[in-house]
Amino acid sequence: MSQSPTQHAETLVIAAILAGNTHLFHDLIRPYERTVFSMAMALLRNPQEAEDVVQETFLKALRNLHTFRAEARFSTWLVSIALNEARSRLRGRRDFESLDDDSDETRRIAPELLCDWREVPSEVLERLEIRKLLTEAVAELPMIYREVFLLREIEELSISESAQALSISVASVKVRLHRARIMLQRRLAPQLRRLAPKRRRFLW
Amino acid sequence: MVIDCKHVWDRISEFLDDSLSPESRELMQKHLEHCEVCSAILDSTRNILILTADERVFELPLGYSERLHARIEEEIRSYRD
Repeated sequence: MSQSPTQHAETLVIAAILAGNTHLFHDLIRPYERTVFSMAMALLRNPQEAEDVVQETFLKALRNLHTFRAEARFSTWLVSIALNEARSRLRGRRDFESLDDDSDETRRIAPELLCDWREVPSEVLERLEIRKLLTEAVAELPMIYREVFLLREIEELSISESAQALSISVASVKVRLHRARIMLQRRLAPQLRRLAPKRRRFLW
Repeated sequence: MVIDCKHVWDRISEFLDDSLSPESRELMQKHLEHCEVCSAILDSTRNILILTADERVFELPLGYSERLHARIEEEIRSYRD
């Protein structure tokens, strides 16, 4: 498979780091700092723990960089490390959420029925309460759906990369992703539709 | 062939990922053209995904990046000693 320009540039930076220009690691990870934190935060729901997971992830990536194989994207490799790190923290918790919870993936899930939808612009994200609404909706998805949602939507992994990172089949990724998306639509559509810009009314 | 609303709901995710077969996609598109409910469901789902994936949603703690790079720098320096 041919590499994208970004991948090619990353391959060169990784080679330089392994050859001794270790400080280049700072630049290598900058594009991923934010999304890895978002994922850790949505999985652990605690900023301190999320930050610990991020630090541990990047340190492991640095220490094990020589094991990275360029067939995979660097981001996929990184996200797999972060996912394992977050999972091992969750296992250590008293309130451990089982990964098997709500695994009835065969049940049909119906979306929230609407007759019309007016686009909610991203400016609404300036409001703290809206950001809170969204983070809570994501953080409260059952774990198996939350993981796949984060890999796909936040980390922008492909379906097959997500399957690889989670060690599940492509078919399972599709089913879980569908359920995650519909769950969010059900929960958020009624709350967000109030925020859509009002239709202009011309009073002649 | 005509498809019903439930059939469309089950394929919203694949529709958004553009991973349906051309035939299924066309059937769905035809349905969406005349079904306001399914169109609203598709539009709302797409809109909600765009909002939740926005990088402003999960805020970074103050000083997050500085702490991360300081920790990495510490590790890098330890290699030199």
